[in-house]
Parts: sequence; C-alpha cells; structure tokens
Amino acid sequence: MSQVTMRVWRGDANGGDFQEFALERQEGEVVLDVIHRIQATEAPDLACRWNCKAGKCGSCAAEINGKPRLMCMTRMDQLPEGPVTVTPMRTFPIIRDLVTDVSFNFAMAERVPALLPPPMPEDGYRMYQEDVERGQEFRKCIECFMCQDVCHVIRDHEENKQHYAGPRFFIRYAELEMHPLDTNDRRDYVREEMGLGYCNITKCCTEVCPEHIKITDNAIIPMKERVVDAHYDPVAWLGRKIRRRTKRTASEASVQPQP
Amino acid sequence: MTDYEHHDYDVLIIGAGGAGLRAAIEAKQRGLSVGIVTKSLLGKAHTVMAEGGMAAAMGNVYPEDNWQVHFRDTMRGGKFLNNYRMAELHAKEAPARVMELEQWGALFDRTKDGKILQRDFGGHRYARLAHVGDRTGLELIRTLQQKVVSMGTDVFMECKVLRLVHDEHGAIAGAVAYWRPTGQFVTFGAKSIILATGGVGKSWKFTSNSWESTGDGHAMALWAGAELIDMEAIQFHPTGMVWPLSVRGLLVTEGVRGDGGVLRNSNGERFMFNYVADMFRAETAESEEEADRWYEDHSAGRRPPELLPRDEVARAINAEVKNGRGSPHGGVFLDIGSRRSAEFIRRRLPSMYHQFMELAGVDITRESMEIGPTCHYIMGGVKVDADTAATRVPGLFAAGEVAGGMHGANRLGGNSLSDLVVFGQRAGLGAAAYLEGGSGPRGFDRGEVEAAIAQATAPFERESGENPYDIQRDLQEMMQANVGIIRNGPEIEEALVALEALSERVRHVAVTGGRAYNPGWNLATDLPSMITVSKCTARGALERRESRGGHTREDFPKADPEFGTFNLAHSVADGRWDGEFTTVRSPLLVMPDELKALLEEAH
Amino acid sequence: MATLRTDRWWLQPVVTASILTAFVVYSTWAAFQNANYYVGAAAHRDLISPFYSPCLAGDCVPGAGHGFAISAWTLSPALIILIFPLGFRLTCYYYRRSYYRAFWWSPPACSVADAHGSYSGESRFPLFFQNAHRYFWYFGLVLNVILTYDAIRAFHQPGIGWGVTVGTIVLTVNAALLWGYSLGCHAGRHICGGSVKSFHQSPLRYKLWKFLTPFNVKHMNFAWTSLIFVAFTDIYVRLVASGAITDYRLF
Repeated sequence: MSQVTMRVWRGDANGGDFQEFALERQEGEVVLDVIHRIQATEAPDLACRWNCKAGKCGSCAAEINGKPRLMCMTRMDQLPEGPVTVTPMRTFPIIRDLVTDVSFNFAMAERVPALLPPPMPEDGYRMYQEDVERGQEFRKCIECFMCQDVCHVIRDHEENKQHYAGPRFFIRYAELEMHPLDTNDRRDYVREEMGLGYCNITKCCTEVCPEHIKITDNAIIPMKERVVDAHYDPVAWLGRKIRRRTKRTASEASVQPQP
Repeated sequence: MTDYEHHDYDVLIIGAGGAGLRAAIEAKQRGLSVGIVTKSLLGKAHTVMAEGGMAAAMGNVYPEDNWQVHFRDTMRGGKFLNNYRMAELHAKEAPARVMELEQWGALFDRTKDGKILQRDFGGHRYARLAHVGDRTGLELIRTLQQKVVSMGTDVFMECKVLRLVHDEHGAIAGAVAYWRPTGQFVTFGAKSIILATGGVGKSWKFTSNSWESTGDGHAMALWAGAELIDMEAIQFHPTGMVWPLSVRGLLVTEGVRGDGGVLRNSNGERFMFNYVADMFRAETAESEEEADRWYEDHSAGRRPPELLPRDEVARAINAEVKNGRGSPHGGVFLDIGSRRSAEFIRRRLPSMYHQFMELAGVDITRESMEIGPTCHYIMGGVKVDADTAATRVPGLFAAGEVAGGMHGANRLGGNSLSDLVVFGQRAGLGAAAYLEGGSGPRGFDRGEVEAAIAQATAPFERESGENPYDIQRDLQEMMQANVGIIRNGPEIEEALVALEALSERVRHVAVTGGRAYNPGWNLATDLPSMITVSKCTARGALERRESRGGHTREDFPKADPEFGTFNLAHSVADGRWDGEFTTVRSPLLVMPDELKALLEEAH
Repeated sequence: MATLRTDRWWLQPVVTASILTAFVVYSTWAAFQNANYYVGAAAHRDLISPFYSPCLAGDCVPGAGHGFAISAWTLSPALIILIFPLGFRLTCYYYRRSYYRAFWWSPPACSVADAHGSYSGESRFPLFFQNAHRYFWYFGLVLNVILTYDAIRAFHQPGIGWGVTVGTIVLTVNAALLWGYSLGCHAGRHICGGSVKSFHQSPLRYKLWKFLTPFNVKHMNFAWTSLIFVAFTDIYVRLVASGAITDYRLF
C-alpha cells in the first residue's frame, strides 16, 4: 500500500516544531491508529491523550490539518492527499506534544450552579419524554472540548478566559434551564459572570461537535433569548414588574444545593 | 528520604468511574474528606463505554418485575458462583440507586406516564434496563461527575497510583502515585482507601476496554494482602466489531439485540436456536415466529435465543465461525436493518449508527453488522464483604468491576452500571463506618513508597532494554491465543510459562525521553499489574477444570457440580508481595433457604 | 492569516460578502428610485414591489396604497418600511453569523485567527441592540401578512378578472419564502414555545414549537433564497412597470 507522511507537532510549553514520520498506509485506519504506530516504533514518548478509541470519551481531540477533530474518528482514507498535519488544540496551554492542559474547562465546571430540584417523591420523579429530550441532546456531550478550542472568543483572546464559559458550558446552562425539575435561575449569572454576550454565534462550535449537538441553534441562542427575557426585553420586564416577580441577581442564582 | 508532594484524606478513592464517584458522594455526604485519584481526566473513565442501560427491578414497564426475579436472573446468569449476598443487595437496592440519579440531573428515557423507561436485555426476564438511548454509561458518569464537582471534591486527574502503603500493623495508610503530566511523585496519607479501578481487559488483543483497563486495582490489592477471586471468569462480549482491523473488538451494544436485532451465519440462518442450553430451554422460544411475537408482548411468546446470557451467545458465535459459517472477516452477522425501520434504529441506537457509519462505512439501517466476541469484563476481582465492600486488609475497600463475587461466573448485561452505584454507595458507607469505629492507620511505611518509586524509575536508568510496547503486544497476543474465550489445559500451562518470561522482560524495560507525559514510561508502569493479573487469570483457568460462565475449557466442556461450590482465591502468603502468590479453594457463602427457594421457583 | 487549514476556507466568506454587498447596493438604489414600483389598472395588473409595500407615502402611485398614508412624507415610500426587513435581517442570528465572519472577520472561518486584537462580542454598546431581534420579528410578521395580501390581490387583474400571470407567481413565491424565513426565526421559536420549562404542561406551545423547528433547521436556506428572491421580485415589478417587459398571462 501507499505511504503517508505525518507532520506531528512535538514540544512543550517552551516551544516545539513539527516532526515528520513516513508510514505505510493500512486499511481502515484512523489518525489515532497511525499515532499509536509511531509510538510503538519510532517515538515511544510521543505524548497523546486517548481512552476509548470509539468516539465516546472525547479524550483524543487534536487539530488535524488545522481543524479540531477526534483522532479516533478521523479516517485516514478520508483526508485529502498529501502530508497530514496533527497539532495540539490551540486554545489550551501545551503540556507536551499533542497533550494540552484543559483545566480551564474543569474550572468552569466548578462554577456551574447545580440542578435544584424539589424533593424526590418516594417512587421517583415524573418527567416526560418531550421534556427530557431537549436536555438529552446536550447531555450527549462527551467533553472533548473541541467547541471550546474552536471558539475564537477564547482561542484568539486569552484574556476572555476569565469571564467566558464557552460553548460546552452554554449547553450545560441550557440543559439546566430547560430541565423540567430545576428551580434555579441562572439567566443573569450567565450574562454577567459567564459572558454569554461574548458569543457572536459564528457557529464554529456546532461545526466541530462530534456528537452533532446543535450547540448554537438549540442551546446558545435559546439562552440568549432567555437573557433577553430577563434583561433586555422591556415588555417582559414590565410584565414581571406587574406580576411582582422578584428579579434574582447573579450571585443569588449561583446556589449550590446542599450535599 | 526525599520529600514528595503529600495530601491527607479520610477516604482516598482510586478510580473515577461510576463506582469511585458514587463512593465519593457517599463519603462526602457523611462529612469525610475525600480525594479521588484517576489515571485519566475526570469523566473519561471506562464507564462511558457502557451503552445499553442499568438493570433495576423498578417494574415500570412490567409491574410483575421485582427484586426476587432480578436476584434469580443474576444468580442463574452467574451460574451460581456469585456471592449471593451481593446479588441480593444489588437486586434490592438498584432501584433506589437509579432513581436518586435523577435528583442530580440524570435524564433517562421515559415511559408514557413519565416514569423511567426500561429495556430488554440478555438474561433478564423482564424489560429492566433504565437507559438513555445507547449512551447510558455517559449519562451515569456525567451525572455523578457533576454531583461530585458541585460538592467541591478534590480530584487528582492524570495521576497514576503505583502502590498502596501500609501502616506498621498492616492496615492501609495511603498510596504512592505520580502525575502523568509532570512525572512528579505524590504520596497520599489515607485512613481508608476505596479501590474503584475497573477491569483488566487491556491484556487481551481484541478487547472493548481502553488503555486504562490494566488491572491496577486488582494487582495493588493482591500486592497489599487482599484476596482475588474468580479471576478466570472473563466475559467475552458476543458482539464486538471485527472489521476494520484497527477497531476490532470495539463494542456493539447488546441493545441491538434487545431492540430486535438477530444473529445470522453466512447461510443466513438464525443459528442461535441451535445453541439453547437445557438450563434455559424452558424460557426460550422454539421458533422464529414465537421469538418475534415476544418483542411486542412478553406474554405472547418466549424470549428469543439471541437474548441468552452473554457467555452462551459468545460460545455459539465462536462455534459457527469455527465450523466455517462465519462472515468474510471472521465474525457472524448481526442484522437489525431488515427488521426495524431506519427511524427506529437511529433513535434507539444513535451511537451504533454513527460508529458503523464513520468507522466501517456500514449503514446499519440497511446492512448487517459483522461482529464477533471481544474481551469485555472480568467478573472476578477483589474479595469483599457484601455489606461494607471491605477487603480483608483493614481500611481497604473495593467496588465496581475491581471487586469480585457479585456476578459469579458470568455477568448479565446491565448489571454492571447498577453494580457500580449500589456497591459504590456501600463502599462509601463501609469506609465511613470503619472510620467511625475509630480505626485508622498508625504510621506510614516509607519503605514501600521508596521501593515503588525505585521500581517505577528504573526503566530510565537502563541504557538499553525491552520496548514496553513490544512486551504489551506480546502479552496481548499470548493471552488472546492461550487464555481466550475457549481454553485448554496445555495452552494455559504454556501461558503460565510465557508469563514468567514476560515478567522477566518487564524487569528489563527501558524507556526514552523524560518523565513528563511520556506514554512509553506510563505503559512501563502499567505492565507489572497487567502481568500479575494475567497470572491470576491463567492460574485460575488451569485450576478450574470445568466450563462455567465466562470460563470455557474444551478439555472439560461441562459444568462440574463440585467446582460450583467454591471460588478460586489468590493471595500472598503473609500479606507482603514478593512476586509469589498462592491459589486456594474458597467455599461459597451458604445461602439462606428463602433465597434458595427463589432460585428453584419456576417463574 | 494564521491557520493550518489547507482547504479553501476563504471561499465561504468571499461568497457571503459578495452576495450581501450586491444586495445592499441594489436595494439602496431601488429604494431611492421612487418610481416603477407598481403596475396598476392601466396595464390590467395589480403588482407591487415588496420594497414598497405597504406604500405609506402621501404621493404613492394611484392604486398602490393600502388605505393609509402619511401625507407629509414625500420621499420614497420604500424608505419608511425597508428599515423593518433590514433590521430584521441585520439582527437575525443567521445573518449575524454570516456578516461577523464575512465582513468583520471575527473569525473569517473556523480555526482561522480573528482579525481583531480585542473582542467583547455582543456584550456591549452598540451590539447589544442585537437583542431587539424579537421586535423586528413581530414587524416582519406584519409585513408578511401585507405581502401575502398583495400576492392574493395580484391574482385579480383589473378589467380582466381572476387569473394567473408570471407576476402573481413571483409575488406568491416571494411571500412564501418570506414566511419560511420568518417562521424559522430563533427568537420566534423561543417566544412561541422554546421558553417554557415543561412542554408537557404546555401542549399547544409544544406543538407550535415542533411546527417551527423544521423551519429553524432550514433558516439558512430560507435566509438566502428569500433574500435573493425579494430582490428578484423588485426587479421583475420594476421591469414590467417601466415597460421593458410584459407580465405574461398564463391562464
């Protein structure tokens, strides 16, 4: 079979460069297989993160020919002819080679005000399929963080990492806001603390999502509309005044349920 | 004596899969300080690979279902080698453990009246598996992960534990580990440790398991003085992908069969009707018509033979392939496309649809899948007390796949996810009770720390030596060939000899590069556990001269009632590892009469 | 531009920028013409350009008005009403995606570097006015009703009776595409049903939401086809009104 040249970025926080590897093509291989073959032969210390190799855990995200992809789900025979470039995700600090420090995402996860349901009845909650389906779409998320990687708000503007949750967490907020049992209100929190307004809906997150979650259409925009309800829409504001519903502040919304 | 980064906890949990996270929640709720250590990132544990569902006799679809039936199904599936008390607790507590997940944000598929929907699976008499499409494991791990995070638990990610550390009396005092990103060592002082490290499947060539499943917890427990039981009982899941070669072993959920998929050989014959064992004959359909009626209404026919327990189906597929009726790539055909609508398949089995579409270029709504058995799960593991998950080492607990006994000789599909939450919770409780009793370590054996670190860093000091990847590949090929789905005495003996040679090679491993995120080195530190566990499996397989559940001997093709009275238990003589272990027959717990009666009832 | 992408990622922003620029240039020109926007009874037709409907100026061409006029307004009537569809499209979530990419290069394409040094998105003045999208949607619905009325009215040709001409078909297709575009609006989908916490307890709004969702999925397609077709409709009416072509009667 024919040969393929892999251009793999190697280095660490102090810098690095591309290293080329020439290998035989093998039938049905994905990019991760080729990386593993390089590890087993030429470069045993080539760092790459992976777990399930089945597109279910989201560990092996990297940029293939400049685009965020899961290495385990990218077939070699579907890439264009010529050398294949593999680089680490650009938005996150490099640990080594293809492995990045994704702790930004775990820090954002800690800041999510959790589900606040009413006490559970003896025989469990009642929820209906049409109500759980919206949240289920977002719960397909495998946390590969490619949407975070591709999002230019943090990809190109490091300073925004302080106050911008990113697409992965906007779907989390949408899931919670659409949860039929939830009683927490995170709308002001998402606007004030999580930077929802920074998103300019250029939809790259949706384009790269390996689970085909419609991040922008079904989560971010509905969240933006909820924020309009709570904050920008004068009619909705008036309606609330008339019905004397108190408006929560961002800090009030960030209630963590008691363990 | 070098100073290492050090942390102290009441409860240290090793492993962040379903069992570890559930244990953490329980311990945390009891006000204990909890640290979780995981080899990977949080949320990537092998639990995400579980597809079909979690078994719990809630009776939402079939009100006649109850814990007694679930208990009976579990024991029959396990060929009565189970720790009956674990099976009993599991059947009784699974419904509560499943329902509480919804308090923490889980969104299971629903019945019309808003309850949790349950699906059919092999070996379960009634539709019993709570599920979310075919990604139930992901739902479980995400729910527990989000709960753990909202409770503010310390999680040490990409941190591999090398050895457990004792106090001066042989009780658990902590562990020594290293950070994968930096290669720096870290020690943990812990009053109790819960092992929740999962399985061992990476020692086989064709496996559904990820790189993590290297048996670390099994091996560390053995080294620390605990007993391992039933290590020969390995489940080969009947339906793994067989093509393309690079994804061979990748799991195809049993949900395909639960939702109407059937197995055919190269002649197009639904061959499972030819492989119904006597034990299951009374409750299995005799004709295709009867089996097809069952999907619509369980009272209109008996179960299709495709839904026999996994060991039965895996052996049948193996036999078909051996007799020349296999598919082009050495499996058989799994067909759902001709039996269910494309819309139904895409809704019920979305990840299977994508998996085959993207990796094999096969549209499962129109074409058959080629599948064959793949190493999936180890029923055996650390011997624990059912109620507390305690091992025989004071302060050491185990839950999930790393614990043994619950599933006997063969696990039913769906019983694993429920096992994780039932015994994860019990382990958290067990550790809390242990600490409430005032128990705790006195001292911390620094010698064990230094020995473990010396062993781990030795590969850097060798100028030349064995490539760890070569040893791993040779181990996998050898275990696949000699201790695979069908075994015989001489081959297992060969395996034991080969394992000694591999042990010797591990002592000569050399790695290049630095310690920071070096996969070659990381693998080198996994090899000792892989070899230790493989030895236990091979030893058990040789000693168990019968066929039972996940252990099949072609030289002893029948189950032997005498062998059905004990587990094979492996342990080190005086609680300190020196490279040798003994294997003894450990009698099963005696079941109370009222439970025995349940097994005999013809339901 | 900083990217490792090797495909033709620049093609999409170039095409988007070209079409949007062409539309803006044409519609500005057409809006200032204040002529040839209506084909009336003299030609046995009743065709009005969507750019000029409703015709609210005091000096609308006879027959083009809708029974209500601002008599003081003497500029082109298009200038009164075009602000609404323009605002609707300018604040549309889909168009925002497209022009932020094509004109503002923020970013030009996925995993291609943003052209700007600092970035605050839609969180500050003036871009938080994008949140007014739902109001433009309401106006858009009113205009759709009027344009639908125009299309129906066109089927009755003065002095001849009911019949189908090429012009009636053009106006009908135009109205249909505009409905398709408006029904797929994200803000509308939220207001009609997406905002509720429990679909189960609001079955009617759930039905409405489910009805709108397929349009939302095709929002991009409707955005482009309706944009191009509305310009085409204006061109068609303009050509007939100026006498350059005749509106052919089919039956």
